[in-house]
Amino acid sequence: MRSGSLKGVRLWFARNNGALFALVLFIAMFALYVAKNGVGVRTGLITAVANKGVLLALVAMAQTLPILTSGLDLSVGMIFVLTNCIASTILSGPPWLVAAGVAAVLLSGVICGAINGALVVYGRLQPIIATLATGAVYNGLALLVRPVPGGSIEPTFAAVLTTQIFDVVPTTLVILLAVVLAIWLPFQLSTTGRGCYAIGSSESAAYMTGIAVRRSRLAAYMFAGLLAAIGGLLLTAMTLSGDASAVSGGIYTLSSIAAVVIGGTSLMGGVGGAVGSIFGAFVLREVSDLLFVFDIQPLVQPFIQGLILLGAVSLGALRVLRARSRLEFLGVGR
Amino acid sequence: MAQADPLLFWRMNGISKHYGGVRALENVGLTVERGRIHAVLGENGAGKSTLIKIMSGVVQPDSGSTELEGRPVRFASPGEAMLAGVVAIFQELSLVPDLTIAENICAPEPPRRFGLIDRRAQRRRAEELLARVHCEDLHPDEIVRNLPLSRRQMIEIARALGRSPKLLILDEATSALTAVDVERIYGILDRLRKDGLAIVFISHRLREITTFADDCSVFRNGRRVDTFAKGSKTDAEIVKLMIGRDYNDVFPAKSARAGAAAPLLEVANLNWGDRLAGIGLVVRKGEIVGLGGLDGQGQRELLLALFGVLRGVDASIKVRGKRTRINSPHQAKRRSVGMALIPEDRKTEGLVLPLSVRDNISLAAVDRFARGGLIRTRAEIEAVKGAFQTLSIQARGADVPVGTLSGGNQQKVVIAKWLLTDADLILLNDPTRGIDVGTKQEIYKLLRNLAEAGKGALFYSTDYAELIGCCDRVVILFEGRIVRELAGDELTEQKILSAAFNLPDEEKAACAAVH
Amino acid sequence: MTRVLQQLDRPVVIAFGFILVLLILGGIYNQQFLSGLYLLQQLRVASFLGIIASGVMVVILLGHIDLSIPWVVTIGGITATAVAGWWGASWTALGVPLAIACGALVGLANGFGVAFLRIPSMVFTLGMNAVVQGMVVMYTGGNAPPDQATPILQWLAVRDTFHLPHAVIVWAIVGVLVMVALRRTPFGRYVYAIGNSERVSYLSGISTRTILIIAFVTSGACSAFAGAMLAGYAGKAYQAMGDPFLLPAIAAVVLGGTSILGGRGNYLGTVAGVILITLLESILSVMQISDSARQIIYGAMIIVMMLVYGRDRRVEG
Repeated sequence: MRSGSLKGVRLWFARNNGALFALVLFIAMFALYVAKNGVGVRTGLITAVANKGVLLALVAMAQTLPILTSGLDLSVGMIFVLTNCIASTILSGPPWLVAAGVAAVLLSGVICGAINGALVVYGRLQPIIATLATGAVYNGLALLVRPVPGGSIEPTFAAVLTTQIFDVVPTTLVILLAVVLAIWLPFQLSTTGRGCYAIGSSESAAYMTGIAVRRSRLAAYMFAGLLAAIGGLLLTAMTLSGDASAVSGGIYTLSSIAAVVIGGTSLMGGVGGAVGSIFGAFVLREVSDLLFVFDIQPLVQPFIQGLILLGAVSLGALRVLRARSRLEFLGVGR
Repeated sequence: MAQADPLLFWRMNGISKHYGGVRALENVGLTVERGRIHAVLGENGAGKSTLIKIMSGVVQPDSGSTELEGRPVRFASPGEAMLAGVVAIFQELSLVPDLTIAENICAPEPPRRFGLIDRRAQRRRAEELLARVHCEDLHPDEIVRNLPLSRRQMIEIARALGRSPKLLILDEATSALTAVDVERIYGILDRLRKDGLAIVFISHRLREITTFADDCSVFRNGRRVDTFAKGSKTDAEIVKLMIGRDYNDVFPAKSARAGAAAPLLEVANLNWGDRLAGIGLVVRKGEIVGLGGLDGQGQRELLLALFGVLRGVDASIKVRGKRTRINSPHQAKRRSVGMALIPEDRKTEGLVLPLSVRDNISLAAVDRFARGGLIRTRAEIEAVKGAFQTLSIQARGADVPVGTLSGGNQQKVVIAKWLLTDADLILLNDPTRGIDVGTKQEIYKLLRNLAEAGKGALFYSTDYAELIGCCDRVVILFEGRIVRELAGDELTEQKILSAAFNLPDEEKAACAAVH
Repeated sequence: MTRVLQQLDRPVVIAFGFILVLLILGGIYNQQFLSGLYLLQQLRVASFLGIIASGVMVVILLGHIDLSIPWVVTIGGITATAVAGWWGASWTALGVPLAIACGALVGLANGFGVAFLRIPSMVFTLGMNAVVQGMVVMYTGGNAPPDQATPILQWLAVRDTFHLPHAVIVWAIVGVLVMVALRRTPFGRYVYAIGNSERVSYLSGISTRTILIIAFVTSGACSAFAGAMLAGYAGKAYQAMGDPFLLPAIAAVVLGGTSILGGRGNYLGTVAGVILITLLESILSVMQISDSARQIIYGAMIIVMMLVYGRDRRVEG
């Protein structure tokens, strides 16, 4: 009816080009990996790649939400680790107990997120500092729960989560898809979810428009906690134990930020989405796979990984080269 | 006890609001009736914006009461006001830049299905409202950030209409619109008035208000000074109410110069993308050259290009006879070039609001006060004092945050900042927009004094009267080109309009002006 | 004296107040806390953090952040100790300048990425951190760096003169330079202006890119310098020696009243923040509180202090 529908498609592409680019990049890298590894595409291989990738993808999804509100969650890796430790302690016994345990683990993630959100929204603290501090607290709690690495998880439960459905599709990918369909998409289409985008874009405009700024922000951090907890749960299933590793938490936090950026979400907020972050996470994972398969000297790998990280985020610089007025990237303005 | 007057829609009593030590509103009362347009006039700092913010729930008053249709109300947030039917459109736009037009229009209560936003219904609703403001050419999925200011203001108005307002408040809502759009808005408001809506309207365009509004309230220094019906006061009387003193000789006399002085700036063949083409002009010492024409024809871009902000500018520029390349404001500021730019939006481009007045005034020239790397504080304080005097800046001292000053004084601080750099060529990007009449006069005088002292100015203004009154010559831009240059007797509003529409003849211009 | 007091704003006063509280609490726990020797030792340990915080404060004032601190510290330590091994013992004097130059170079790269490529500093310095780590791993083969701390480094980090640790003197010098730069030079004005609004600063003719680069170079140089001194203190450089300094450095700056968004902050506050954090960590370790509880207390304290004076301005029309 309107000549607009073609334009509508064009506009959709324009809005999502970051995520699409990350997807294309991942596919290219994966193809390269498969071509080079001499083994081809095998179920076991895909499951291994998927499992590693899904962990980071979940943490990256978690990080996406606070970033959309032009904030940041530096504790997301620690929530991941903390829920891992909790899961390694309580997930055993008969199925109903395991189910209750799963609920408890997810709830603990939500509570962590709620604390973060409360500090930012009601305490009016800057997200970077608030989550820096809560990250330390969650790290301490993880150490309390699991002073030394160990613990266990109901083995059949773990096996189900980490293998395949119908012997072909890795379960973790299915779980990821379920998370996107059941958690991310509904959130994105809710007024609270759109409110997150609005806050990140212009908090004052969002307020003047009557958007519930506090509610959206709080929800963003709570969902982040939930998604990180799902990741922690899967980590427990994969490692069959819990480890209160601050180093690991730190790596996941920083990698999640990189994944979010690669996936097309702007650090200023207001633009992007969790699906792009998923692709960004897989891209990051593929980097280490590619380095391995191309027999890059192990000693050189961290250096190359760092360069690639730097290169990936520099892609954003392309925007700069196209800008025609320097005012375009100097903050507030038309 | 209160008799319900069926027409009386909104009554405020004894409203006061203080910000720190600044008295924004003092014991203000206001009544608005249904089916009438009530204009609010006053200089900057008179309290109009604060009044609007209180009415629409953005801020809360310190004291006083408000009644809506006879019932007392108190809005704790814009959301609450909207629910009650009080909708405001502000000068600072409240559109979320990264959301689509449709999302903005339908926020905060979009149409929903199963608890989630129904995007198709949202799009349809947006299309309906866009049609009401004659903006059918806009696609509802377009991101607001990519649209020019005038379009955004129309979207704001569309959104306001979509909220079924009972009381519509417009705060300088037409300031950035093209003349055509302004007429459309008046048409819409007129229809709303006939439908029984109550409308409150703030504008600085005196002529617009006196022809359009039914009632006018004048504010001065935080108090309501008078309210009168349409046609009962002359323009001069109204202005006197606003500034409290006589309004004579708005524009200082232009100097009669014999013969051309040395050129300060010579621009030849300036091109920039598809927005500016073949621009050539000269600004001589002692001259104020105006940039005129319709909105958005490249005037702003020209000033930014000269100042070094734009990239990919292809031009031959000579400053005082020497060829120069200007690639950044830093280079433009150099003594050898000596340019200054008074920007369009003082709050986001001219002033660092949290910093003190002193820090703002010395910002562009602070390196001139440094000896051996360290700032000589006394020299700086003297210079700032001098600026206060030259420009008659009203502030409680130089150490207060510049954000607490009124709009007119803020603009003076911006000008002071550039005066301290001893700039010879001053570019002005619509410097008197949203500024009270009294300060405008002072700025005109200052500009003329600077010209007399041998400096040159390139003055862009959307106000034709200003161009005619201040400038020695005016060049009119149309679609990025200079189409006409007017000076002396030819500098009339009719000729400006005719050139602005790029019409070869004057009769057509007369038709265009009447619409 | 009154002028000095006037310039201290609330967060600084509160931070110093907390220091007093900690000292008193510590003194109650153990008399030794208030001994001069112990306090001087605390100051010495604080100087390494202090030098790092001085550099990063300038970056934070601009509204940016430097996450490359951990590995720049390490590379500073390694460079300063390895010089003798590269060029012979007569070149050990070059250790510290070379380390500083390394750090400055990394800072230059950071500044370029942020100022010219407009990549958010959080992300770019993060990537740079990984790159520098990669370089260190390549150089050391993943093992502990073999070189010992040179006498110069030890003189700087471990020795005293009349009981006043040299490290503290070095910190004081760096501190004075930073403070003077921020308060009395055009550079300082530009930093505060840019931190509040880069756009307005740019349009006012300030070379915003140059200032950004200088700030990152400063931060890199300070971090590397601190790394060199740390190597002197510990006797040698070691892998990941910079990791424990990132969060405390940022926390110290912020606890001292500098806004993480930039544009606001006082160097004396940073000094207070550094001392505060050092004292806190020291008290916690002396009380032999378990690792887990220490983390929790550390985090909780920062939150409490921030709630007291680190709040955001409310968004109002």
